[in-house]
Amino acid sequence: MRLPYNETVMEHFRHPRNVGKIENPDGKSTEGSPACGDMVSVYISVDDATKTISDVKFESYGCASNIATGSIITELAKGKTLDEAKKITWKQASDALGGLPPIKAHCSVLAVEGLRTAIQNYEEKHGLIKERKPTTQEVVQQRLRKVMDPLTGMGLVRAKLVQSIDVKDGTIHVVVDLPSGHQFASAIKQEIHEKLDTLWDIKEVVIDFVE
Amino acid sequence: MADKTVYLDNAAATRMDERVLEVMQPFFFDTYAVATSEFGYSLGIEAREALDEARTTLAKALGASPEEFIFTSGSTESSNMAIKGVALALGEKKGKHIIVSRIEDFPVLHSAQALEKQGFRVTLLEVDGDGLVNLDNLRDAITNETILVSIQHANQEIGTIQDIEAIGKLCLEKGVIFHTDATHAFTRVGLDVSKVPVDLVTVAAHTIHGPKGVGGLYIRKGTPLAKWMDGGFQESNLRAGLENIPGAFGFARAVEIITPEETKRLKAIRDHIIERALTEIPNSTLNGHRSQRLPQNANITFHFVEGESITLHLDMRGFAVSTGSACFSRSLEGSHVIYGIGGDHERAHGSIRFSLGRYNTMDDADAVVDALAEIVSELRSISPLGKENN
Repeated sequence: MRLPYNETVMEHFRHPRNVGKIENPDGKSTEGSPACGDMVSVYISVDDATKTISDVKFESYGCASNIATGSIITELAKGKTLDEAKKITWKQASDALGGLPPIKAHCSVLAVEGLRTAIQNYEEKHGLIKERKPTTQEVVQQRLRKVMDPLTGMGLVRAKLVQSIDVKDGTIHVVVDLPSGHQFASAIKQEIHEKLDTLWDIKEVVIDFVE
Repeated sequence: MADKTVYLDNAAATRMDERVLEVMQPFFFDTYAVATSEFGYSLGIEAREALDEARTTLAKALGASPEEFIFTSGSTESSNMAIKGVALALGEKKGKHIIVSRIEDFPVLHSAQALEKQGFRVTLLEVDGDGLVNLDNLRDAITNETILVSIQHANQEIGTIQDIEAIGKLCLEKGVIFHTDATHAFTRVGLDVSKVPVDLVTVAAHTIHGPKGVGGLYIRKGTPLAKWMDGGFQESNLRAGLENIPGAFGFARAVEIITPEETKRLKAIRDHIIERALTEIPNSTLNGHRSQRLPQNANITFHFVEGESITLHLDMRGFAVSTGSACFSRSLEGSHVIYGIGGDHERAHGSIRFSLGRYNTMDDADAVVDALAEIVSELRSISPLGKENN
């Protein structure tokens, strides 16, 4: 039998660890990607004194790579301090799984973001977050780093697919260096919206392709 | 690992029937010559006669005359040829407007989109929640500029069968050429071009236990169609290239083997899957029309779970099915057919297509529903959606 994923991924897909909800969690998040339709919820319990993650659980409405990443991320995060857990990257999760196909990057990155957002949720509740920063070109660029090019698994910025970013009067204008008829144009567009639409001082996000 | 695969993806490709291979073999080893004219050598004349015989069988299956049927490399080529051929023939002379339904398969949809880049105007006709085209909408969409309507006979994913006769009559009345992609309906749903006014019909062998790489196009006499595969004078000078005689002969044999009894048997298996799945698995929705539906197709959304996860679990248990989930597709977009019938991401996300063929049994239907009930319940237990306290 030829399976599309390696044995570690399949093992986590078949027997995901730390599945479920935490009642009254200290931090929680739900991340969803309209581009792929997957969704993941992450719940954490935090030891307030040591700021370490004492328990973490996840739920997934997603494909195999989404489920497997959710599972591995809970294993990686448990027992870590919040600052350590925040720094866990998609690459680390993917490496711990023995590698994920690049085309699956954006389904699996959700669990990584879910963990960060759950930590952020805890920090917000405990007044650990600094004031809201206004959106600048730099902020947009940071966010676009997280939008994956499905062909290479690289962020859009690193894959040199962002031609220009303009931020003006609550409107962001992004030009993507791909033709509009590109195989992944629609998926990438939706994912950019997902990353930028939520910025607190942004009213409109306009995405154009080069032709 | 399962010892035997229960293959339920016959809309994508079918297992070839041994009887088809049997009739193809002589054309590889004995009568392998090119089909020559009647003034050629014996081996070539024999090849020509075999090709004519295959053509006659195919034409007869559609109620056409042999000279109205040409062989192609498959349904993709046939639909490209029909749509681009009509556009090339009439674009400058008559107009540059083409109408296709929103849920057409990619050969039709992408051919139309390719023409759009060449200055044609394309109307994507909406369908209703069951996938049916509305005749009044079609009537309204046709203008003086319209040269072609292309609406499939039956849908590749949700199995909905269109009223080809009514659509054909409307096109005839409006003087517009009508093409239908019958890749999935051919031989399973009747289509007689001597009664139904359709000008171009795409058919293929790969869906009916014939060889891959062979298809055909019915072209009603007098239909303007430009040649765009240039080369020799084969296929009535419409499609250049060495004829695939083993393929054509195998295609003809595959058509002969299909019986109404077999189609009836598949319909019973289909109904069993639909009825059991909808009653035994909560929160499941049938996609496509309940009765105006391909006898070999079932398509069901299992809410709150994702299709690739289901197909992977089914694969581990030895079942092959497909899904309209974005995670499964090469473009990372969910099924345009499910969106076309008004479904959202969620409906596409958990949609599973079961497509039946000759080698499926009622036991397969029971086994796949049993497996699904377990898999769906397992995946729902880890899903954040569909829980009471949510």
